[in-house]
Amino acid sequence: MRTHSRALAVVVMLSAALAGAPSWAADEPGAEAGHGGHGGGGWQSWRAENEVSNRASLQRGARNFMAYCQGCHSLKYVRYSRLGEDLGIPQEQLDQFLLPPGAKPADYILTTMPYADAETWFGKAPPDLSLIARSRGVDYVYQFLKTFYADPAKPTGVNNLRLEGTAMPHVLSELQGVQQAVFKTVETHGEGGQAQSARVFEKFEPLVPGRLSEAEYDAFVRDTVNFLDYVGEPTQLKRKALGIWVVLFLGVFTWLAYLLKKEYWKDVH
Amino acid sequence: MAQPASKVGTPNSGVAVAPKKGLRAWFQKRLPVDEFVEDQLTGYYAPKNFNFWYYFGVLSLVVLVLQLVTGIFLTMFYKVGEATAFDSVEFIMREVEWGWLIRYLHSTGASAFFVVVYLHMFRALLYGSYKAPRELLWLFGMAIYLALMAEAFMGYVLPWGNMSFWGAQVIVNLFGTIPAIGPGLVEWIRGDYGIADATLNRFFALHVVAIPLALLLLVTLHLVALRRVGSSNPDGIEIKEKLAANGKPVDGIPFHPYYTLKDLVGVGVFFILFSIIVFFVPTLGGLFLEAPNFEPANPLSTPEHIAPVWYFTPYYAILRAVPDQQLGALLMFASVALFLFLPWLDRSPVKSMRYRGWMSRTALAVFTVSFIVLMYLGLQPAEGLYVLLARIFTVLYFAFFLLMPIYTRIERVKPVPERVTYHAHA
Amino acid sequence: MADNGVITDDGVDTSRRKFLTTATVATGVVGTAFVLVPFIQSWKPSERARALGAPTELDLTKLEPGQMTIVTWRKQQIYVVKRTPEMVASLATDEARLKDPKSEKSEQPEYAKNEQRSVRPDVLVLIGVCTHLGCLPKSRFEPGTADMGTDWPGGFFCPCHGSKFDLAGRVFEGSPASVNLRVPPYSFEQDSKLVVGVDASEKGAA
Repeated sequence: MRTHSRALAVVVMLSAALAGAPSWAADEPGAEAGHGGHGGGGWQSWRAENEVSNRASLQRGARNFMAYCQGCHSLKYVRYSRLGEDLGIPQEQLDQFLLPPGAKPADYILTTMPYADAETWFGKAPPDLSLIARSRGVDYVYQFLKTFYADPAKPTGVNNLRLEGTAMPHVLSELQGVQQAVFKTVETHGEGGQAQSARVFEKFEPLVPGRLSEAEYDAFVRDTVNFLDYVGEPTQLKRKALGIWVVLFLGVFTWLAYLLKKEYWKDVH
Repeated sequence: MAQPASKVGTPNSGVAVAPKKGLRAWFQKRLPVDEFVEDQLTGYYAPKNFNFWYYFGVLSLVVLVLQLVTGIFLTMFYKVGEATAFDSVEFIMREVEWGWLIRYLHSTGASAFFVVVYLHMFRALLYGSYKAPRELLWLFGMAIYLALMAEAFMGYVLPWGNMSFWGAQVIVNLFGTIPAIGPGLVEWIRGDYGIADATLNRFFALHVVAIPLALLLLVTLHLVALRRVGSSNPDGIEIKEKLAANGKPVDGIPFHPYYTLKDLVGVGVFFILFSIIVFFVPTLGGLFLEAPNFEPANPLSTPEHIAPVWYFTPYYAILRAVPDQQLGALLMFASVALFLFLPWLDRSPVKSMRYRGWMSRTALAVFTVSFIVLMYLGLQPAEGLYVLLARIFTVLYFAFFLLMPIYTRIERVKPVPERVTYHAHA
Repeated sequence: MADNGVITDDGVDTSRRKFLTTATVATGVVGTAFVLVPFIQSWKPSERARALGAPTELDLTKLEPGQMTIVTWRKQQIYVVKRTPEMVASLATDEARLKDPKSEKSEQPEYAKNEQRSVRPDVLVLIGVCTHLGCLPKSRFEPGTADMGTDWPGGFFCPCHGSKFDLAGRVFEGSPASVNLRVPPYSFEQDSKLVVGVDASEKGAA
């Protein structure tokens, strides 16, 4: 028994060491590999894994959005008052943290950035984000906010792995810091069999630290993505809660109908 | 068997008795209520050996009613017009009380309609329900199918999302492949030089009024024709050929209460599955509500993959399988049209697959697999291996129909029983 | 029992059938009622309607004594009158000519069920819809004019069918209307701001 448990302990420790291997290369221990803390290789498989039922997270996400995103992006189908109701935010806090000056609670969440100017400055007006979680998916937004990297060739000084050539500057750089993308050249075969070389992303390297640690920034992004998930379909929690009762009721009804059917079908030979 | 006197007037008695007074008597004097109940319900004998495949007719009716009711309520809040349509759908989802539920019922109902109708049509292929004397019944059914496809296509355009716009663009452009009249026809359908407000508005009128009326008429004709020839059954024999002393088929049972109750259970099971989707996975991973449609229509930005909704994708795969646009469109229209000829392509002396030879069974199996594979392929981008597969399965799809006159005639069939095979329900 | 040899209903347990039928039908009726709820509720004013029906504010410092202004609340015209002391005094004198001087039959909040039909005597707030058939009454604050008669104390006159109301919106005898003009819920914020649509008790609710 004892030798088994010792062997098991060795196996467990080895696995932990191997799983945590990439953390040796970076400063910050503890961020889970699944959320793409370190390195960044395999960023396409990063998942937001947010929980819309986590109200505290949604509240933080709302605050994050108003602080960092609302300057350019509207949520034109969402009312402040509705946010307050759904997220359990009392009126005073709504006024203090979320309502911009001059806005009434029943107003839709608009941005003050003029469309025409935005098109001049960025080449494209920042889109409304009410439905981004439904049209692109939460994982897309999560990856987008985490894969900005320094690129001197761009007017904003940054580029993005999820959306190549994005016109959006890295507004969250004060929080995340700025990272550099390291590319490597990989030999592939094109159609027709000739050798080609392609530029493939390998990993991120930190350039300038931000105010938040990697884990803190990850949580920040998750909260914000969670908020956008809720914004995409505010009724989703109510929908799922109601669904359970509906299916149960229908189950009872169908079972009764089945008993009734069987009773009458005794007649048929 | 003797008729106990006390049973007169009960559902099994087969005798209609007019009540002397009361509300029912008042109606009966002015409307053929009792005759209707007798003719269509208690006195209408359907084969007693219906199996799982026979639920889908009633379920089609149920979904039709569902779509009509939810559709009417959506029309109370939806605002047609390219400037307002998309916003009005979000208004329904967020600001109309229970609007989100009415919307999801309608969007899930649209897909459910095709699930149910495809299974209903498959039953006909299984049991030869399109063969004489049911050819007209089949043709009415095909007309319903075509109307349904038009209805679904136009309905999908109404939210004016990006897939609404580009789906409309692609499908309407298909009509441009028709020689000579094509380009003019496309402009006539659109009412403008591109998919525009005019197109949206007329699709709205057709989707909300014209095609529902046509559907109601066609469904009525379908049911009247069914009543005339009687339902098919899994053994493919005609139960009306053997009548009992009371003039009713020996292998039949009164529709009411036996099939009204059995169908009620089927409806219950259907609604359970339906509700699971509506309340837990209404988009069904992008199959029932496509992600690009949560962005407003943008004539300057095409979605990465333009794919119609799943119920059209088998035909879409056939369209793309052919490298020539005109020929592809022609083949696509043909692939739907071939269904119309089934009663005459099928030369088998027996109706049901139970008694047909291995050729018919293999052909049907291959066709079913092809349909499903083509459905999957239509959802994928037309690249690489998918193109080759689409071509292979298109050939197999057409072979089912085109070779049918041959294999249904030369194969050896099994003897058909005298009476239906029935095992008492547990 | 039909003699096609199929159905035999000897030994039918009719009581079990009746019970099961009742149970199934009852559940079905309950289910149908539940299904009707979302459709019926969908007709209630949407969130947009409720937002547009949100309280309306008016700065009273701009209103001169004897003057009336009109604001909109919930798609209705609201008359706001800054009554002079004389206008308030005239209210006591015409009680005998009124159909409902104590406002027993009319619609107003509790705090407006007094003689002046208002929270403060100097500010009158009324829904400007004639209680007869819905026209907009006109203001006729000048007492004793030629067209209204020498004993006219001042008030409102509805041009459609001739209903007359006093300076608290109370209906005069002889008018086709039988009920006083309605008073909406309202309250004051810092004395100089009128908020129509919110009672003093519900302050703080958006």
